[in-house]
Amino acid sequence: MNEHWVSDKPFNPYETDELSPKQQKYFLASQWTLIWWKFKKHKLAMFSGVFLIAIYFVAAFAEFFAPYALEHRHTDKIYSPAQEIHFFEDGKLTRPFVYGWSFELNMQKLLREYTEDKTQKYPLQFFCEGDKYELWGSLNASSHLVCVDAPGTLFLLGTDRLGHDMLSRILYGARISLTIGLLGIVLSFTLGLTLGGLAGFYGGWIDSSVQRLTEIIRSFPELPLWMALSALLPLSWSPLWIFFGITLILAMMDWTGLARAVRAKILSLREEDYTSAAILMGATPARVIKKHMLPSFFSHLIASASLSIPAMILGETALSFLGLGLRPPITSWGVLLNEAQNINNVAIYPWLMMPVVPVILVILAFNFLGDGLRDAADPYHH
Amino acid sequence: MFNYVIKRLLAMIPTLIVISLLVFIIIQLPPGDYLESHIAELESQGESVDPAQIEFLREEYGLDKTIWEQYFVWVTGFMQGDLGYSFEYNLPVSEVIGDKMWLTIIVSFFTIIITWIIAFPIGMYSATHPYSWGDYGLTFLGFLGLATPNFLLALVMLYLANQYFGTSIGGLMDEQFIDQPWSWDKLVSVCEHLWIPVLVIGTSGTAGMIRRLRANLLDELRKPYVVTARAKGMGELKLLTKYPLRLSLNFFIADIGSLLPSVISGAEVVAVVLSLPTTGPILLAALQSQDMYLAGSFLMFLAILTVVGVLVSDILLAMLDPRIRLQGGMKK
Repeated sequence: MNEHWVSDKPFNPYETDELSPKQQKYFLASQWTLIWWKFKKHKLAMFSGVFLIAIYFVAAFAEFFAPYALEHRHTDKIYSPAQEIHFFEDGKLTRPFVYGWSFELNMQKLLREYTEDKTQKYPLQFFCEGDKYELWGSLNASSHLVCVDAPGTLFLLGTDRLGHDMLSRILYGARISLTIGLLGIVLSFTLGLTLGGLAGFYGGWIDSSVQRLTEIIRSFPELPLWMALSALLPLSWSPLWIFFGITLILAMMDWTGLARAVRAKILSLREEDYTSAAILMGATPARVIKKHMLPSFFSHLIASASLSIPAMILGETALSFLGLGLRPPITSWGVLLNEAQNINNVAIYPWLMMPVVPVILVILAFNFLGDGLRDAADPYHH
Repeated sequence: MFNYVIKRLLAMIPTLIVISLLVFIIIQLPPGDYLESHIAELESQGESVDPAQIEFLREEYGLDKTIWEQYFVWVTGFMQGDLGYSFEYNLPVSEVIGDKMWLTIIVSFFTIIITWIIAFPIGMYSATHPYSWGDYGLTFLGFLGLATPNFLLALVMLYLANQYFGTSIGGLMDEQFIDQPWSWDKLVSVCEHLWIPVLVIGTSGTAGMIRRLRANLLDELRKPYVVTARAKGMGELKLLTKYPLRLSLNFFIADIGSLLPSVISGAEVVAVVLSLPTTGPILLAALQSQDMYLAGSFLMFLAILTVVGVLVSDILLAMLDPRIRLQGGMKK
């Protein structure tokens, strides 16, 4: 008779049911951890996020990163093209430097023609002392990331009509243009969340009136309405108030998309058992929305918010370009582009159009970031 | 179908009433009435003001009446084609606007067509080759169009066309045709000028269109009926065009509603840069000089254009898709 063979290797009958450490980590992770893991896989979105953090950081410390103060005018160097940084002298690598910069008037073309003066050499200095400024209106400082010694100039992107350094103006303009997007989204987020939440939760006449309102606002062509509203801002207002006014106008047109999304989500979540349970146990509507409903779609909201920031930045740019938005002395990218709107400038002073580069980069970055966030927003969906 | 159209038409009425109220509020917001600012301006230029004319205008527009009566006068006038009076041009608004409305409609129409023509093949390619280099590259191109401010693109195009083709592309027709009656030559000239603004305005809408077509088509392609058809040996092209494409096409029509406001917005700014004889430059000038009747009429007109555009897209969609058409009459 054959002997029944039994393996003496250790045997665990629950092996297939047990989770591997990796699976355990996955199943125990919170929603936000899962979102983060999924978001990390989207390389372009990650990169865009890092880029945006960097550019907001630079904008926050624009005084330090800009080579010159905003109001510093180089009256003898107006309409100068970009200067070149040299790394080699006589074929040998040296510390980076710029040559002297002087111009001759070309009387035939009526243009200033700038040339490098090779006899003078100004090495770039980092963390150096330059124009004095007040950081955030209180800290007195004069430290800059990069500058050159006095008679030398450092115009990495050229100068404008009044001899302002373009790079410095773009950096200062970033502060205004980027905050408009953030401030506007906070406003439209609040509006959209409140009105969409009310409409979805209470239904009935509140729902239908909010619905009609969003429909009407959406059927207006945005820009003409923005134009009309910003034309109404009194000329006597201070630049700061104009800034807030424009932000409010941009936000007032933008909240409808968010409100619709919030309403749709809340409508469907209202039917869930846990919502009924919470209501039956006497939770107030505010608590039900905040504690029980919001967490399940907040990530979606953030994603759609990050997709509507670029529209606001572009809106400000277009309004200022048309002369209806922000006005000098406030410096924003739109204000800078407003000065480039003459076709002659495109031909003769093309560097005046440089502010469009950060506009394009920031809009692209926000779009990619929003794309990544939207994909990651629902980590349970495969 | 007939019932559906009637229902949609009726639903338009309250929307238009609220829009007209909003526009009227915008007209009324600047302090003082427009006659006062008009008189002040004339006096500052040292011109004498004819009291009879002022009195005539004041009565004509009922400025001495209450706000509600003024609104009523304005709205009824609007419906009868009397759009108000432009102080800047000293002409009735309808004469200032002239055929500019039609040109705005033409530009918007062609822009939507061009957006479709660009977005359709790209979206199809992206959906059938997802996560390939071609998909990424074309999507990126679309996003680039979205991110570039229209007005700047217009400016650069203006310069390039001047530089390389030697033609002035500003305007919407050659100079000799301006204010001339429509003729074949004029039409040709308009077509020659039309493509730049249409292309420039179209760039901003294509990205969204590509993304949505790609997403819709991808969803459709993952469905079991596609797998079944492929398993039965259906050719790839027929497989794509027979059902998935047709199903994801609906939104091309539905999207007119969301595309139109942005197209009109884009058209307004681009028109200012390219000095097109559409509503853009005049609207801007009217807003800057607070010529509010003119501005209000333009705003109202643009809003009506959008609402009608949405209506057309809804009706087309209902014709295409029985699920929408029958929604009202269905019983659960």
